[in-house]
Amino acid sequence: MATLEIRDLHVSVDTENGPKEILRGVDLTIAGGQTHAIMGPNGSGKSTLAYSIAGHPKYNITSGTVTLDGEDVLDMAVDERARAGLFLAMQYPVEVPGVSVANFLRTAKTAIDGEAPKLRTWVKDVNKALSDLDMDPTFGQRNVNEGFSGGEKKRHEIVQLELLNPKIAILDETDSGLDIDALKIVSEGVNRFAGQGDKGVLLITHYTRILRYIKPDFVHVFVDGRVAEEGGPELAEELEANGYERFLKAGAK
Amino acid sequence: MSAAETLVATGNRAHSHGPGSPVPLQARSERPTSYDVADFAVPNGREEEWRFTPVKQLKALFDDAAGTETPKIDASGPEGVVFETVAADSLKVGKPQDRSAAVAWNHAGEAFAVRIPVEAELTEAVHVNVASLGARGFSHLIVEAGRHSRAIVIIDHTGAGELSSNVEVVVGDAAELRVVSIQQGDHESIHLGQHDALVGRDAKLHHVVVTLGGKVVRIGTNVRYAGPGGDAELLGVYFAEGGQHHENRLFVDHEATNCKSNVLYKGALAGDKARSVWIGDVLIRAAAEGTNTFELNRNLVLTDGARADSVPNLEIETGEIEGAGHASATGRFDDEQLFYLQARGIPEDAARRLVVSGFFNDIIGKIGVPEVTEHLHDVIEEKLARAAELSASAKAVVGQ
Repeated sequence: MATLEIRDLHVSVDTENGPKEILRGVDLTIAGGQTHAIMGPNGSGKSTLAYSIAGHPKYNITSGTVTLDGEDVLDMAVDERARAGLFLAMQYPVEVPGVSVANFLRTAKTAIDGEAPKLRTWVKDVNKALSDLDMDPTFGQRNVNEGFSGGEKKRHEIVQLELLNPKIAILDETDSGLDIDALKIVSEGVNRFAGQGDKGVLLITHYTRILRYIKPDFVHVFVDGRVAEEGGPELAEELEANGYERFLKAGAK
Repeated sequence: MSAAETLVATGNRAHSHGPGSPVPLQARSERPTSYDVADFAVPNGREEEWRFTPVKQLKALFDDAAGTETPKIDASGPEGVVFETVAADSLKVGKPQDRSAAVAWNHAGEAFAVRIPVEAELTEAVHVNVASLGARGFSHLIVEAGRHSRAIVIIDHTGAGELSSNVEVVVGDAAELRVVSIQQGDHESIHLGQHDALVGRDAKLHHVVVTLGGKVVRIGTNVRYAGPGGDAELLGVYFAEGGQHHENRLFVDHEATNCKSNVLYKGALAGDKARSVWIGDVLIRAAAEGTNTFELNRNLVLTDGARADSVPNLEIETGEIEGAGHASATGRFDDEQLFYLQARGIPEDAARRLVVSGFFNDIIGKIGVPEVTEHLHDVIEEKLARAAELSASAKAVVGQ
């Protein structure tokens, strides 16, 4: 089973006033079969962690390591990371004008598998993935994320998750902006993925609401660029009751 | 700051039109046209209609003298099409709007005419190849579509020399004509062209300018309407590489009632000193009630050192119109799109190709001539491969 290991990860971004450190030593291990939730207040670095693992050029890794089954992830190009088995469901999926969803999905699947998918089963798979996420098959003819509502963009991310079927999925605030029906649909998709047994999930969220539908094995509270506290599902319940106040006070001292 | 960045930022604040080039008060309709070369001074590059153009490279085509070669014209088409040579002044739908067009008008000799008979519905495209052999030459083409006819005419400009051309297009009443002008001369070639089209009553013109090669290519397209109900769709695709200047200047003159015009030009630029210019003038005269017009230019700047200028102008003399609008946008290649596609496993070069073909996708769909769109697709792929090689070797140099 796959294991994603993050060790003492420090990440900074360039600002007008020079480099600013956002992640200050993150340690995290996500093994296949596990679902981890990272929770934390705004600005704590949750999304930076997600984008750094995926390889977004905006983030500079200043020290630390990220490995997938022992392979150095940080040494890989963005597309190599995806082909190695990492998937990032983005908080703000990008529009790609003129490129149809069908073309995009087929191109991505071909890149991930190293060969074109069998035409007959592929069309069926795509239509099933779309309908599982309550998306009309006509979405295949639309341009990637162009004119999609916020909820459609998020559901489209989960369609990709199911079709590309990576080893480890990182979901960056996939729940934000979803109404309760869409949240349930998206959660079912994530649960189908995780339910295969050998898949790792890193669920990044600001709210506890999605944890009613996706049960994490581990909860990490993220404050000021590092993991401030770790526990089981009961930690999420405590956050639901008391919010982040306790951690923010601790971080401010 | 690179030229590309300057351009992208320009739309966000008040901007000038460059030093030494005040915006003239002259309306578009008042710009002089003439068959007499002497009516146009040799451009110095400060004139409104030449200020974006590298006039120093065009001296030979401003010279009021006979050509040093006669471009080779080959034409073929389905049964029924008539090819013939006629006197240059037999139609006079076009009238030179600048010195190079006037020189071409006077020195091209006879015009080569393509006639689509009345009510002919051609299933195959008509092909006209104009080949410049390497010297300085002029050409004059006439495309005349009889009333109620339907046809596609592809004019392919190739070769190595300096070519100045006039193209006159007449779309008869209720005819539908598709004219595709391809400019794909050698890297050192120069091509100046003026197209004048007259759209008949209830007629439809699709005019497509595809510029893929040449050091300096400048095409002026002018459209007028002979009666009410005419419809002109004016499309353009260009891809300028390092050192290439691709310029398109459009003028749609709405005088008849209830006519439509829809302008869509899209271009990509890659390489040092790749340059594109797009000028879109639309005039709705007082009599042109019920006009519906829209023009759009979009440029995709793929590398540093490239520059795109885009100037839409709309003059409206009546409020009794259906609609009028214009838009222009020039953007750099969006690295977020690249990241998104790469994050799904698609390698960088394939992701770039996907984004650029996506950029051109809508306009390629509108061209409606498969042999042209397939060729266009292939050439764009070749150009992107060259751009990728350039950026890879630039990275290698930096890395040493």
